[in-house]
Amino acid sequence: MSEQTTAATDPLIADYEGKIQRDNRTGFDGYVVPVELLISFVNRLKNERGYDYLSSITSVDYEQDGYFEVVYHLYRILGGESMTLKVRTGRETPQVPSLYHIFPGADLQEREVWDLMGIKFEGHPDLRRVLLWEGFYGHPLQKDWKEPYFEEEIKPFKSRWPEGEPSYAEDKNPFADNVQYPADFDPTKWRESSESRLYSSLQQAGASILESDESDKIIINLGPQHPSTHGVFRMVANIEGERIVGLKPAFGYLHRNHEKIGERNTFIQNIPFTDRLDYICSMSNNLGYVQAVEMLMGLQPPERAEYIRVIMAELTRVINHVFWIGFLLNDLGAFFTPSLYALEERELILDVFEEVSGSRMMCNYMRFGGVVRDISPEVLEKIRILVNDRLPRKLEDFERYLTNSEIIRARCEGIGILTQEEAIAYSASGPVLRASGVPYDIRRAEPYSIYDRFDFNVAYATHGDVYDRYLVRVQEVKESIKILKQAINDIPEGPYLAGKSQYQVRVPAGEAYGRIESPKGELGFYIVSNGKPNPWRYHVRAPSFINLTGLEKMCLGEKVADVVVILGSIDIVLGEVDR
Amino acid sequence: MNGWEIIRGLGVTLGHFFDTYLEDIRWKGKRYRTKEGIEGRRNASVRGAFTIQYPEEKLPVWEEFRYLPFLVYDISAEGEREIRCTACGICSKVCPPQCIWITRKKDPETGRPITKPEVFAIDVDICMNCGFCAEFCPFDAIKMDHEYEIASRSRDGNIYQLEKLLKSKDYYHSIRPNNSSREEKEKLEKEAEKLKKSESTV
Ligand code: SF4
Ligand code: SF4
Repeated sequence: MSEQTTAATDPLIADYEGKIQRDNRTGFDGYVVPVELLISFVNRLKNERGYDYLSSITSVDYEQDGYFEVVYHLYRILGGESMTLKVRTGRETPQVPSLYHIFPGADLQEREVWDLMGIKFEGHPDLRRVLLWEGFYGHPLQKDWKEPYFEEEIKPFKSRWPEGEPSYAEDKNPFADNVQYPADFDPTKWRESSESRLYSSLQQAGASILESDESDKIIINLGPQHPSTHGVFRMVANIEGERIVGLKPAFGYLHRNHEKIGERNTFIQNIPFTDRLDYICSMSNNLGYVQAVEMLMGLQPPERAEYIRVIMAELTRVINHVFWIGFLLNDLGAFFTPSLYALEERELILDVFEEVSGSRMMCNYMRFGGVVRDISPEVLEKIRILVNDRLPRKLEDFERYLTNSEIIRARCEGIGILTQEEAIAYSASGPVLRASGVPYDIRRAEPYSIYDRFDFNVAYATHGDVYDRYLVRVQEVKESIKILKQAINDIPEGPYLAGKSQYQVRVPAGEAYGRIESPKGELGFYIVSNGKPNPWRYHVRAPSFINLTGLEKMCLGEKVADVVVILGSIDIVLGEVDR
Repeated sequence: MNGWEIIRGLGVTLGHFFDTYLEDIRWKGKRYRTKEGIEGRRNASVRGAFTIQYPEEKLPVWEEFRYLPFLVYDISAEGEREIRCTACGICSKVCPPQCIWITRKKDPETGRPITKPEVFAIDVDICMNCGFCAEFCPFDAIKMDHEYEIASRSRDGNIYQLEKLLKSKDYYHSIRPNNSSREEKEKLEKEAEKLKKSESTV
């Protein structure tokens, strides 16, 4: 959190003559900015104070107070704490100015806020729904929105005990009163409009990059059912010959409104749900979430737990990157044989995960104040063998076969370039950002857990192309192995959980934005608690979702065949993108 | 670009292919469908084929492996089945997708609730295998099962009822020996302590 004593007397804020106030609710932080001053204030923060990285935009529905609050988290790319801004707007016609023209990285995030919370962003060039479809009625994160099968406001549901009566959800009539639709809705007259809006937005944006106008532009769809899209994901490309002149991602096919579910859940019930975000890296997701809640609770896990967490998080990074290398080859056309070799390493690490947590992928391993169970000396020994022998050996194999391979270099070098300025502007994070020459790693920039104790380097490269993203990931695996070696040597004996694990935790009122460097980038959890057993607001800043903002930029001018590789190089997981 | 990389790539696969046969020879035919063979293929020093040929071969699962929950019962001295569950409702409250339904038993005469479940149902279509129910049950009455081959032809019966959920303590011990021994020990210790306390107060 950003307890900035210096900023309180910052002349920049004094300039606004008391119009910009600190958020002085207990447990809250940052500044409340009037709607009309937002643009000017953000501009000055960016230009005069160096807050050049827009990490997250989200919104909270304070229903009882009658307003929505849009929350911005800004950072300096040079490192340090956040600047949190809040803008309030009435619930009747919610509208705030768009930051799109200051930070293009606001694009998808503002669309998400519009989609789920219904806040209009004035000046956003393409404010369409992003996760839901255009015909969807209502904005589900508003507190008074109820879904079909709506049972009760919050869990635990009263009907489960002591008078439980099980029934299949399908047996309930989905068209009963709980389905909302507009009063004047007539199904016979309704026409689907999202596709035409998507196509027209593409035509406007797609400026011709070829001089001549001889060849026609056509729009093609890649996906949603396509082996190269790593899930159900669609890219709508405007092409001129073989070249991309415009591209819009369309997704949400796997949307389940994780955040609404999370706000109904009690705090602890959210932990297994985070496993399902980025299902390759469930340990990291657990870590990000429990850390955010621990921030609110003021809980400090014991030493041993911190070490176990770091070990698990770094093993996850190894899994993710090795897996990614395999799938990069898949995208390059070496269908599945190389990725199956990469899966071997993953299998061995997943064995470790299964042994400690009970499940290979849906680990559900971390708890508030520690982890669910200790790791045994045998498991530690297994990890030791992996990091001292197996992983370095295999990584060397990968490097020998791939790093200088002609095919890889020919296909990846100079493809999908995102320059340094663009990467920052598009709020890219993780390996995508670092491959563009920005050595920004939250483990270093704002260390969490015990990362400040380990000796490791932040891997980065300077060209910002697909090949550099590959190099950064390979390097990162090496650094992870370095951290793992240190962690395994230093891990102390002791308790693995602070206190006793409880099924009802008391979380004091307040907000917290906990972020970690997940393998895919900056994974943030923004949580608002009102002291009740359920979070009032639960927002996930999903790295692979926000990294997609720069996809069009990377693809412009490239050939259709390379789009597949470029998408692969961002490393998306649809469980996290669609949430 | 002279195609050398393609040959090199194929070489990797070819090496893998031969490794597999060399390993097979080294194992003298014991590499497949034997316990050691399976362990040998999930080991950090494995060479060649890595895969387990399910369903002929099955990976042994770890003690902590979890799939669906089940209820544990003890056998009393009279040979009666004693359900451990007291219908306290903690598991149904903590369950994230809310797939546990419990009805408390009532005394047929007085109508007062008894601490035993009348209905205990888990919708296994909804269960997300998180293990919270087992983790937070204060009576060690619900535990996670190792059985994972539960495909069925129809959805009917996917709401598991009490009878289907009940499994003996011995079964529990057979799949989770360390956990069950530890719990038994803790129980005995607690009882001994209670005894001591009651003796000292007398
Ligand atoms: S299984 Fe355990 S937690 Fe659930 S109702 Fe029975 S005794 Fe309570
Ligand atoms: S394992 Fe989790 S989801 Fe399944 S019944 Fe238990 S608490 Fe519910």
